Amino acid sequence: MLLQQLVNGLTLGTTYALIALGYTMVYGIIQLINFAHGEVYMIGAFVGLIMVAVYKVNFFVAMLAAMAICVPLAVLIERVAYRPLRGSPRLAPLISALGVSIFLQTLVTLIKGGPNPLAFPQVIQDTVYTLGPVKFSTVQVIILVVASLLMVFLQFTVKYTKIGKAMRATSEDYEIAGLMGINVNNVVSFTFAIGAALAAAGGVLVGMYFNSIHPFMGVSVGLKSLCAAVVGGIGSIPGAMLGGIFIGVVEVMGVAAGFDTYKEAIAFGLLILVLLVRPTGLLGLPIQRKV
Amino acid sequence: MEAVLGVLTNPYYIQVVTMVGISLIAALGLHLITGITGQFSFGHAAFVSVGAYASALVTIHLHLPFFLSMLAGGLAAALCGVLLGFPSLRLTGDYLGITTLGFGEIVRVVFINMKITGGASGLIGIPRETNIFLVYAVVVLTIWGMYRIQNSRFGRALTAIREDQIAAETMGINPLLYKLKAFAIGTFVAGISGSLFAHMMQYLNPADFGFARSFEYLNFVVLGGLGSIPGTILGTAILSLAPEFLRFVKEYRMLIYGALMVTMMIFRPYGLLGGVDILRVLRNYRDRLKARRVTP
Repeated sequence: MLLQQLVNGLTLGTTYALIALGYTMVYGIIQLINFAHGEVYMIGAFVGLIMVAVYKVNFFVAMLAAMAICVPLAVLIERVAYRPLRGSPRLAPLISALGVSIFLQTLVTLIKGGPNPLAFPQVIQDTVYTLGPVKFSTVQVIILVVASLLMVFLQFTVKYTKIGKAMRATSEDYEIAGLMGINVNNVVSFTFAIGAALAAAGGVLVGMYFNSIHPFMGVSVGLKSLCAAVVGGIGSIPGAMLGGIFIGVVEVMGVAAGFDTYKEAIAFGLLILVLLVRPTGLLGLPIQRKV
Repeated sequence: MEAVLGVLTNPYYIQVVTMVGISLIAALGLHLITGITGQFSFGHAAFVSVGAYASALVTIHLHLPFFLSMLAGGLAAALCGVLLGFPSLRLTGDYLGITTLGFGEIVRVVFINMKITGGASGLIGIPRETNIFLVYAVVVLTIWGMYRIQNSRFGRALTAIREDQIAAETMGINPLLYKLKAFAIGTFVAGISGSLFAHMMQYLNPADFGFARSFEYLNFVVLGGLGSIPGTILGTAILSLAPEFLRFVKEYRMLIYGALMVTMMIFRPYGLLGGVDILRVLRNYRDRLKARRVTP
């Protein structure tokens, strides 16, 4: 029973982690909480649904299509709404991000013709595998495998490629990285692109897992993923993965323990508790106070 | 004349203008926390809701006069503010913001789960004790109070913390204590706003105090001009009335509202009145008029 909940929590947690990575990478580089990230995830889910339902493609093609739409979208959002505000007071890009978020939610509601949820068609023949006391469904296996592959791929990109090196340098010191000949604008665009690709994949996976998507689904999941990023230590990539899984597992366990009416508050309660003990999250570096 | 009177006595317009006043009171509380002290609070609506529920319950169950239940609402919100602020105000910047955001969501979920607050279906049967005159009397009082705080030694200490906390510390200011006091005052004002709201609408629902509402307060304060009282007034008035004026575009309303937020920030990143000192502008104008009168 406990083990089963652990598997369910892990599945939910990896989807949180996929979205949390987008928050944490963007924050690591331009210190912005990208509140429009949840909407990118929502649009990813919708693109996936359209591909599966209208064009009858298989699930992996739908996921790639969602990425192909969300990546330019996120780069565009950064160009239009955040780049002109670099160097402005901290709250200005935040308000701009909220504006983008409201805009996209309304846009999708208008195109879809109402805020009510849509059913995500069953694309995968769902069989249940039993492994000792634990049951896995095909969808769960796919989520775990795809999310893990994407995270390994991300870790590889950041650690061993030239653009990854540029990302790490830019997050260390934005200005010095620019002086060293790194095109920081490209790095920022690339960061938004990777974050959007992961969020789009997350959107399709979640749509498939819960069989239902709606224009405001990005709000709740977006905020919880943001919690995950902060719990793990915002700006830290392993932190986001750890935080996502941590929050997913605790949420599922909490619901199983009978706190289902408090489901929406579990992530936030955990966030406050973690921040009180470790003010910069589990894997975050302590903030240096400079005069 | 009749047309003007008709507009002035239209109950719908009176309601809208009263709501602007109620929002303005809460926004002024956030102005002290974010604008003056520089502490991010993304959960302001939670304090408004605590004040609203506390005062409504006091009125319904204890039958106290409205003045006392308003005070109770303010004190309940301030108590929550101190309880949250004491451990979390040592967090900085965005971390504090996200903690307050989380607190706001927790408060909302708790109100949904509580029996005495009517749960998700809301609290009904609150008597109507507010009118536009009372609301605007409180507005004037709050504005006056905020100016007094801002221009006192206490207010200057808060500004010092906003500008540079380490420098403020070396000047003998205890940042945690001052931030906590600012938080207590700001949340008290939010609670007062909530009490007025409860006794105006006669109905409360936790869904009205979600994080979207918190960010609306933040918008009021930032879009008008962070740290400026005239800016907060202007921002609240424009953004509260914008949905009314945008009614003609029907379903595109929120689309335009969102786009407006982005464009306003891009063109005025410091807010509409950011960096503008209204009193100084008026004084300069008066001086110029005087100078013109003196020179023949």
